[in-house]
Formats: sequence, structure tokens, C-alpha cells
Amino acid sequence: MTRDPRLLVQPAPFLRPTVSTPRIMLDVLVALLPSIGVAVWLFGLSALLVLAAATAGCVATEWLLARGARGASLGDWTAVLTGVLLGLTLPPSFPLWMAALGGFVAIALGKLAWGGLGQNLFNPALVGRAFLQAAFPIAITTWVPPAGPLALYRGNFAWPFFAAPADAVTAATPLGRMKFLGEETPLGALLLGDVGGSLGETSALAALVGLAWLLLRRACDWRIPAAVLLAAGALAEAVHRLAPGRHPDALFTLLSGSLLFGTVFMATDPVTSPLAPRGAWIFGAGVGVLVVLIRFWGGLPEGVMYAILLMNAASPLIDRAIQPRAFGYGRPARAALGERAR
Amino acid sequence: MSRTFRHGVHPAGHKEATERLPIERMPFVARYTVPLSQHTGAPARPVVAAGRRVTRGETIAEAAGFVSTTLHAPVDGRVVAIAPRPHPSGRLVEAIEIEADPYSPQRFPGNGASAPLDPAALSDEQFVAEVQRAGLVGMGGAAFPTHVKYRLPEGRRIERLIVNGCECEPYLTSDHRLMVERAADVVRGAEIVAARLGVEETVFGVEINKADAIAALERATAGRQRMRVVPLEVKYPQGAEKMLIRAVYGLEVPSGKLPLDVGVLVNNVATMTAIADWFDRRRPLVERVVTVAGPGVRRPSNLLVPVGTPVRAVLEHCGGLDESTREVVMGGPMMGAPLASLDVPVVKGTSGLLAFTEAEARLPTEYTCIKCGRCVEACPQFLNPSRLGRLGRAGRWEEMLAYHAMDCVECGSCSFACPSGIPIVQLIRVAKGALREKAAREKVS
Repeated sequence: MTRDPRLLVQPAPFLRPTVSTPRIMLDVLVALLPSIGVAVWLFGLSALLVLAAATAGCVATEWLLARGARGASLGDWTAVLTGVLLGLTLPPSFPLWMAALGGFVAIALGKLAWGGLGQNLFNPALVGRAFLQAAFPIAITTWVPPAGPLALYRGNFAWPFFAAPADAVTAATPLGRMKFLGEETPLGALLLGDVGGSLGETSALAALVGLAWLLLRRACDWRIPAAVLLAAGALAEAVHRLAPGRHPDALFTLLSGSLLFGTVFMATDPVTSPLAPRGAWIFGAGVGVLVVLIRFWGGLPEGVMYAILLMNAASPLIDRAIQPRAFGYGRPARAALGERAR
Repeated sequence: MSRTFRHGVHPAGHKEATERLPIERMPFVARYTVPLSQHTGAPARPVVAAGRRVTRGETIAEAAGFVSTTLHAPVDGRVVAIAPRPHPSGRLVEAIEIEADPYSPQRFPGNGASAPLDPAALSDEQFVAEVQRAGLVGMGGAAFPTHVKYRLPEGRRIERLIVNGCECEPYLTSDHRLMVERAADVVRGAEIVAARLGVEETVFGVEINKADAIAALERATAGRQRMRVVPLEVKYPQGAEKMLIRAVYGLEVPSGKLPLDVGVLVNNVATMTAIADWFDRRRPLVERVVTVAGPGVRRPSNLLVPVGTPVRAVLEHCGGLDESTREVVMGGPMMGAPLASLDVPVVKGTSGLLAFTEAEARLPTEYTCIKCGRCVEACPQFLNPSRLGRLGRAGRWEEMLAYHAMDCVECGSCSFACPSGIPIVQLIRVAKGALREKAAREKVS
């Protein structure tokens, strides 16, 4: 039959999606701006340098190792996002070469080794951080007090295999104080971030502003932060009521450490969290409970990273067990359980 | 608060261009091509031969079996050929080609003055036969012969009739204009069907972006017992039968079952006016309202077009296509069919003709699935499109059955919602085709 060469024949639908994956990633980057701003305000040039080093490590690794045309996958912004996220989980005086190495591990082992974007089991930024925690346990727990927008810490300029130049003053994080000294930090300081800690985690307020942006732009599943905060808050409060002297209350638990930062920016990573809405609730609740368990009874003052990584590992199982009930089937479809293991 | 179903998507309406334009009649053209197959079921059997003179509304092909329907001459003229002709489906399909009589005033026989047919005087069988004789099909796009829905299996009853005025597809306004301009006939058609089937309640389901249609139907149903207009939230695919039943009554039609199984019948508003036309004016279905719109159309319109009119002629009547047009779609932009040629006719199921330019036709950049779950929250059938698409791409079709691939209604909400630009619905469509073929092969051997 006569075929009009001018006409394309493509299958329906003919309306295109109004959101794109790069736009979602950019929205997360925008949501990180308040946290970045606070980090620079408190930790100055060092904050910028650590972020730049981690991001450069990620972007360079993606550019070098990603399959296909070199650098093509940089267009989805995920390498930059991973770099910024990783940088924000590091201490302000962290050696720059370690930050860059962390970026390499995050992208190479955290993402590309799995087959690239969408295939990885664990959050790449947290894989990078877990590596750094294992490789450089001292550097990653060396905290400095905020020193203002022009601050530059000597620790940043350490070189491999040489003793790190020590900064004159070190400071404990609010969680460290709580765990090892039994001291509380005022809530106002926790909100604004004027405390020791990783670059992005000190200000709870900045993370909350980021969350508001993500929700406004529908760039994350609201159920995950809701579930984490509800579960962590409820469990902490319950334990606090039982043993008020030994464990902090819900508010301190939620505002301290990287709970809010990790919840808003890492637990919500769609790739490494469950797909179905009910799965998101289970995942979030799991993160919240694990954070409190590790913080209260584990050996470390902070447990957000491991809580999220553990739940990342569980998320395919949750996905498999929780399939949506198809329309017109009286009870939940259980067919998924019969699927052969891949 | 207006009702709706669960999940679904909110594409921009794009109805501004035509929603206020009155229906105008498409002028008659020189040639008409009436495909024998323009409905679900067996192709109609021609009862005329080449050379025969026909009058407008005369039967030219009769139903070949129960799931089939009648075709009528759209114009006074002469049959010039019965041969394979280009069909909107992209294939060549046997069609009756008619040359219009250029001197005919193209009136219906008796100028529409034939005595009305009283549906109450008919037996159930006769009523079903009359509807088949009128050539009625579902006019929302699927073109399922209407009379089939009216023959109820022994012992079954229809308690509720829903007249579908959702028109949830963007761009389309043909049903909207019918409701505004022919509200009385919409209600009259519904009244005929409701009385014949003995339904307890008739509901007109209309989305709230059509306030004038809701008002018109409310006026037309004023004072009538057992008839009400139900405003619905604006959401796609609300016009899908099962979604509409869920929206209006909160009932879920079980998988693999029909609306009949929950005692509901759904008919499109255009089908209702066609019922009124047949019984009150003795006019068969030979023309329908088509919305011509989209960025590639110079003069968007709502046209009353005789079935068989070439798409090219319709588009030319609307000022022709813009130079930039790259894609012409028959039906809505979510579930319509792409046309490979403009030399195909308007058929009974043609609700719209849309022209899109390069900007709309360009496929989105594809990324890998980031498991964001937008498709899961879009799917009105509560499936897991992300997983179905992944299995589909891997060719693991058998496994897709366990995820209810066959329950997919192919509404396209998943593809529309996907930020990674994955053609999810197409992957599922291909798998369904392959699975159906395989099932058919196994049946034979």
C-alpha cells in the first residue's frame, strides 16, 4: 500500500513523559544546595575542596570506565550526584586524595561493576563511604569544629603514605558526646548545624529544606522518609522512656548525626529501594529501626550508613515478596514468589 | 468531591483548541471507501456488486455472524469496486468503494421523515437484531459491535447502565461536543437502552473539565427518575470500561470477566446518539463526529464525517497539514493508531485525527530503569510495569504471565509516566502478541 514517506509510524502512546531521569537527578542536586551552603558556611573552603575531590573522582571514573561512548553516561548527572553525596558524608578535614579515591570506588565498585545505572544493589555513595571507613578509620572519624566560611583545614592536604598533618583542634560529634560522654547537644545547634560532624550532616534544617524541595518536585517517594522518621522516632522514644538516663529521646535521635541527611538523600535513592508503595514502607521502617539499634546498642556512635546498606541488600527481597495486587483479583497476587530465581 | 478510579496519569488536556467549536458537517467528497472490517469480529459480507447504484443509508454489507455488524452506504452514488484498499490498521482490507453522485442533495431517504420505530414494541431478539441492522459499534475507539452487549446470557441481568462521557484522551472533544449539542439525544438513546434492558439506574459519567456537558446533561435528565449525572475527576484512562465502573460504583470487574458479570453495561455517548438516530429517525450509523486537532493541523475542528471519507480529504478540509507534521494519529494520543498513509478512510471507530510535529514525535532519550516506581503508581490495573518491561525486553515472555501481563489494558500510562523513556507498554504489547500466538499454536497442534 502507499506509504507516506513523510509520516513516522511509532507505537502509542504519542504523548511523551513530562519528567526525565536526568531531571530527577538534577532535582536531587538542587535539593542538596542548602546542605552544601551550610557546609561551606561552617567549614569554608575545605568543604568545597572535599566536595570537589569526591565529585572529580566519581566523574573521572565514570568517564574512564563506563561502557559505550566515553562520557555518554555523564549526561544523566548520576556521577555528579554520587560525588556530591559522598563528599557530604565526609569530615571537613578529610584528605582530598582519599575523597577522590572514595569517588573512584563509589562509581567503579558501587555502580559500574553491577552494570551501570539502575543495576546496582547498594547506594554507590555509601559504598564509597563504607570503603573509606574500612580503609581509613582514623581519618574518617577525625572531626573538627566549624571555623567559618574561610576555614581551611590542614588535614585536607595529606599525601598517601605520609603521616597526616594534624589539625590543632578536634571536636567530638553530638552522637560521640552522647555515646561516650553521655552529654546532650542543644537542639538549636543540631538544627542549624553548628556542631562537629560530616560536611552535610550537621544541619538538620538544611536536610529538611531539601526534603521539602524533593517532595514538591515529586522527585522522591514520600513514604520512605515518612517510614524512617516514624520508625526511628517511635523506637527511640520508647527506649528513652524505659531508660531515660541512658538513651536520648526521639527528637535528639532524629536531629543528630546523619539520620536526616541519609534518610532524605540516600534512603530515597529509587534504584536501591523497593518499587512498590508497601515495599517502601517496609524498607523505610527497617532503616529507622536499624539506625536506633546500631546507635543505642552497637559499637559505633552512628549507624545510618550501615542501616541503609543493609536495607539496600534487602530491597530486592522486599520487591519480590510485595507485588501489587492486580486489578480484578480478590486477594494479593502471590505469583511473584513462584518466579524462578535469576 | 468528584469520583475517580485508583492510579492513572494526568496528561495535559490540550482540548482548548476544539472544545468550544460546534460540530460542523464535512462537505461531501468524490469517493468513499467503506472497509468491510471496521469493527471487532467477522468482516461484513457485501450485498452489492460493482456498478450498483446505492442511496445514502442503504445496506451495502450485512453482518457475517453474530459478532459482526451491518454497513451502509455513506452517500448516494455508485459502487465502483469491491477490492482490497488501504486500511487504518496499515494493512490492505477488502472494502466497498463508492463514487458519490455529484448531483445528489445527499438527503436520507424520505428526508428523515420515516416513522420512528418503537423499541418497546420489539421482542428482545428483535431489539438486538435492530441494533445490529443499524450498524452500531462502540464509538470510543474499540468498535465492538454494540448489539452483542445487549444480548444477555440466560438468567443474567443488567442493573446499571453507565453512559461513558469521560473522553479522557487528550485533544479529543467529539464526545464533549455531542453531549453539549445533542444532550437530549444522548439521554434519549440511554432511555431506550435502559428501558429495553430493564436497568435500575442510568449514570452519565463525565469528567469535570466538561462543565458545559455536565450542565447540558443535567438539564436533559431533569425530573427523570433513575438517571443521574456523575461528575468525575479528570484522569486518564477513566474512559476504560473497567476504570469507569470502578470510578462510579467502586466495583472491580474480576480479571477475565465482563462488566456484565457485575451487572453493569457501559456505552459511549456517541453510541447513545446513534441509538436515538436509528429508532427515532431511522438513520443508520453512516457518519460520526471526528475531532481534527494537534499542532500539525492548521484549522482544528469537530467534524461530522461520513464513514469512508479519506483521511486526506478531512485534513485538507481543515486547512491541510503544517509542513512540520511528522506523525498522523487516528484516535487519541494515548491509545490511537499511527497512520502510515493518508489514503485510508475514516471508520466507525475514528474519534479523532491528530497531527504531531517533529517536537512531539521525537522519542524521549532512553535511560535504564531507575526503579522509581512511577509506572507502578500509574498502572490502573495495579500491575508492575517496571518488571514486565524488563522481562519483556529480555524476551522472558512466559514469566510475564505470572505478573498478569495478559491483564494489561495497553492504556500506555506506564510509558507516559516513565522518566527513563522506556517504551514499557510496547514491550508488554509485543509479549502479549507472542504469548497469544503461542497459545493459538498449541491449541492447533
